[in-house]
Amino acid sequence: MIIVLRAVVLLSGAALAVFAQPAAPLSPTNIFAPVSTPSQSIFELSRFVLMVTGAIFIVVFSLLVYAVVKFRKRSAGDAREPAQVYGSNQLELAWTVIPILIVVVLFLATARVIADIQNAARPSNAIEVTVIGHQFWWEYRYPSLKVVTANELHIPVSDSAHPTPTFLTLLSADTDHSFWVPRLAGKTDLIPNHPNHTWVDPHATGLYLGQCAQYCGTQHAKMLLRVYVQTRDEFDRWIQQQSQPAQLNGTISEGRRIFERTACINCHAVAGTVANGTFGPDLTHLMSRDTIASGAAANTPENLRRWIKDPSVIKPGSKMPAMGLSGPELNAVSQYLETLR
Amino acid sequence: MATTESIAMPLSDTSPPPLVERLHQWVTTVDHKRLGIMYILYALVFLVFGGVEATIMRIQLIRPLNDFVSPRVFNRMFTMHGTTMIFFAAMPILFGFANYLIPLMIGARDMAFPRLNAFSFWMTAFGGLLLYFSFLGGDGLYGAGNAPDVGWFAYAPLTSQTFSRGHSTDFWILSILVSGVGSIGVAINIITTVLCMRCRGMTLGKLPLLAWLNLIMAGLVVLAVSPLTAAQLMLLVDRYLGGHFFDTQAGGSAVMWMHFFWIFGHPEVYVLVLPAFGFASEIIPVFSRKTIFGYPIMVGATICIGFISMSVWAHHMFTVGMSAAGNTFFVLTTMAIAVPTGIKIFNWLATMWGGQIHFQTPMLFCIAFLFQFLIAGLTGIMLGSAPFNWHLGNSYFVIAHFHYVIVGGILFTLFGAFYYWFPKMSGRMYNETLGKLHFWLFFLGFHLTFDFMHVPGILGMPRRIYTYEPGRGWDIWNLIVTIGVLFQAAGMLVFLGNLLWSYWRGQVAGSDPWDAWTLEWSTTSPPPAYNFASLPEVRSRRPLWDLKHPEDPDWQYE
Amino acid sequence: MSARSVSIPEDNFRWSLPARGPVGMWGLIAAESAIFTIFVVAYLFYIGRSLTGPQPREVLRVPIFFTVCLLSSSLTIHFALRYLRRGRMRSFSLLWFLTIALGAAFLAGTLSEWRHLIYDKGLTIGTNLFGTTYYSLVGLHAFHVTVGLLALTTVLLFAFLGHVARQHAERVEVLSMYWHFVDAVWVVVFTVVYIIGR
Repeated sequence: MIIVLRAVVLLSGAALAVFAQPAAPLSPTNIFAPVSTPSQSIFELSRFVLMVTGAIFIVVFSLLVYAVVKFRKRSAGDAREPAQVYGSNQLELAWTVIPILIVVVLFLATARVIADIQNAARPSNAIEVTVIGHQFWWEYRYPSLKVVTANELHIPVSDSAHPTPTFLTLLSADTDHSFWVPRLAGKTDLIPNHPNHTWVDPHATGLYLGQCAQYCGTQHAKMLLRVYVQTRDEFDRWIQQQSQPAQLNGTISEGRRIFERTACINCHAVAGTVANGTFGPDLTHLMSRDTIASGAAANTPENLRRWIKDPSVIKPGSKMPAMGLSGPELNAVSQYLETLR
Repeated sequence: MATTESIAMPLSDTSPPPLVERLHQWVTTVDHKRLGIMYILYALVFLVFGGVEATIMRIQLIRPLNDFVSPRVFNRMFTMHGTTMIFFAAMPILFGFANYLIPLMIGARDMAFPRLNAFSFWMTAFGGLLLYFSFLGGDGLYGAGNAPDVGWFAYAPLTSQTFSRGHSTDFWILSILVSGVGSIGVAINIITTVLCMRCRGMTLGKLPLLAWLNLIMAGLVVLAVSPLTAAQLMLLVDRYLGGHFFDTQAGGSAVMWMHFFWIFGHPEVYVLVLPAFGFASEIIPVFSRKTIFGYPIMVGATICIGFISMSVWAHHMFTVGMSAAGNTFFVLTTMAIAVPTGIKIFNWLATMWGGQIHFQTPMLFCIAFLFQFLIAGLTGIMLGSAPFNWHLGNSYFVIAHFHYVIVGGILFTLFGAFYYWFPKMSGRMYNETLGKLHFWLFFLGFHLTFDFMHVPGILGMPRRIYTYEPGRGWDIWNLIVTIGVLFQAAGMLVFLGNLLWSYWRGQVAGSDPWDAWTLEWSTTSPPPAYNFASLPEVRSRRPLWDLKHPEDPDWQYE
Repeated sequence: MSARSVSIPEDNFRWSLPARGPVGMWGLIAAESAIFTIFVVAYLFYIGRSLTGPQPREVLRVPIFFTVCLLSSSLTIHFALRYLRRGRMRSFSLLWFLTIALGAAFLAGTLSEWRHLIYDKGLTIGTNLFGTTYYSLVGLHAFHVTVGLLALTTVLLFAFLGHVARQHAERVEVLSMYWHFVDAVWVVVFTVVYIIGR
């Protein structure tokens, strides 16, 4: 009985996760709530696979339960051994051939989806983004649009009538990472010296979450992904804004002087100033982001101060060292950064 | 067909030798039974260590943004948990049972190479000690010392000197290298023993299934552990001789490490599961009072599994960016291996069908194994469908799947094997009530933890993260998963208590408490050092059935 | 309950099993072959991919003479074994010694080649992908040759001390299987490094 109960729980849990959808979304990273073609194709394939495996489960499970119940030893002194059956060629043939057929069907269904996703043609109006994985943040470059940013990816929504997908080239600056935003696409790894490619074409605007899915070191857990799918207009405006150098007035503030004199510029870049380090995220439009430290904290003045003072308070193991700034220095630098809209 | 009394070892005096001498006998032994027991006890200790590491992780993950342990400690925990459980718990315990049982089941006096046997054990034992030595030094014990933190599959280039400074990764490399030598030694021993030491009349077609399964397992070890050894030597060349095997800056390939590792890693899981199938294939017939259904196809399916398992490895790499053709090939081989594996489930089912099922503890564990292995195989098919894998891979769904196989499949049959052969090894019966209590506690805990663990994977939770954000919908599932650990731990305590208590106070078991049919039950419990007074001669797969049923012997039907 | 002795004899049939030594050695050969295969795969994969440094055809000289030495040692060991089976101990010892000498010559050749590569051509294990894969593969083989030579020398010593006789032929044959394996591996390594790789 307990076995049956367990099976019911397991099946309902799975069914719930699969079919209880957007009305009360289970999760912003539910693989069964696709909004983009690759995820949609996978969802349809997975439904088919689940149906087939579910059917197999029900059949075999029932036979097992039946056998365990029907052929249990009755308590009366049953001293005789039951009939010894050594095998049956027909049965064994049947349960070899039928699984082979099932496997062939599953294989063919799978092969089609692999080809659809991996060999998808790239239309000429596709947005191209190069994603470079770092320990423990994401660098985004839009080569043709001349934008460099970090940690929060903006892409346009794709209308199914006139698709504008985004094609991502995946590179790594250090170890292996993996780009996984479940509602948009399956994960693809970022491996140094091994460029990979993936694509998404989200049908609905919104913010889609994910995170790095290949262990890359201490702060693998906080290498979060935020993908903003915007209307075409909003996206164009964002691109416009991001491709500007830093909007700074003439006088160099105290904070900017400290920033440009200490080790900050070894790692960080602020377009239009002398800072052009590439080890850390580009800060030119830092204030246009909702989060800092690749999603590890909200982008508030207080968090910014905490981060600069000692990153290991928010993300121990982050590659950014505590800069050892004094109170006034810290305030000045934070104020400078807060002008980088 | 006479029965004879066993010949007792003549003792010159009745007092046991002093403790030092007894310990010395154990340390210098080459007797397969003693080495088998040493492997098993060693593995039980490391099973507990691995369990503690898992518990620490589950406590950290019980709620989002928890701070029970630091990220560094957590990363060391999952690395050590995986490495310990695979190399120093699962493999040694299975080698231990193989060592103990194979000579007895084939009617031999010992393994083919007793000294190699001892050497292999001590290499494995030393490897484990070396790995755990890493907890000393470094960050101190509460920082989990200098234990490796690169994950149990240690992907490049995270393991290069650039990203893994200090010696933590070296502990990983060297401990597995050393124990790998031991594993290959055991494997060569098993192959030679099964091929060269069978008793008269025992053709390969009459070999007990446990011996067949261990034979194929040993073949896989020989072919699969060696690539890992090679890859680790390459990694050492990179780390210490300035080599560039996996140095992406010099044009090297991180993906090549993955290929080499998984060429080991996938057959490795069959190394673990085939002996488990062996236990099930011995226990289920005895407790169903029927011979195994379809012995030839069981052997054939095992050989198929052995071959196909060498060709599926890159299904662990569906997300690394292989071509569509490459991915498709590995989908095909992965799905194909489901066929011989599924066949086995049907054969076990058919063995029970029409039988007379006795629900003692060994059988309870094997019945649960059948249900759980079915589910594990089906989630494996899901993972084998590459696009589905692009979501499920590297997520908690995979963790749930492989724990379903290893715990729900392998560990359950191992528990069954413990209870089944404990009387033979110790001469005493275990306590049946405690055995059943162990079963139900562990069954409940296992399902609480690993059934519900599939859900966070479906909801997007990747693996190897020391914490997670609230608002992802993962919280409740992680809580339930952690609660299951309590029941499993309770079950383990009952199990260990039962073993200890029964060893000293259990009822004396005779040579054949289960009315079974293979040769190990024809000798005393425990067997004498020389196993059999006179070497057996057999004519069928169930020699004791032939003796007990002279009017209806197996050899008339096989 | 007492133990029972199991004897269920079948009508007359022949019962023979293979000998342990050769089966065990085949197991070892299988394992070692798997290790070498991985190193060969790495070598082949990295052909032409070194970013800098000397390339194979610039620096490698085909070691014909030393290869002939090593492969001939397979012949000498084969004949040594024939003599041993016939109990002709002096001839056995002579040919056994020749085997060791040829093997040692091969090792000396490898060492001299390495000396040339390191000091004259500047190729080390850390120079580039070619250096890493070359020294690893050839070095792994040379290590196996060394281990083999140590074992062969031990047998030679026993022979000089008069402890080797005709009845040991089977055991010595198991060792000769290892030696033939080492030679076979060299055929593969030679082909991969000096023919395909150049």
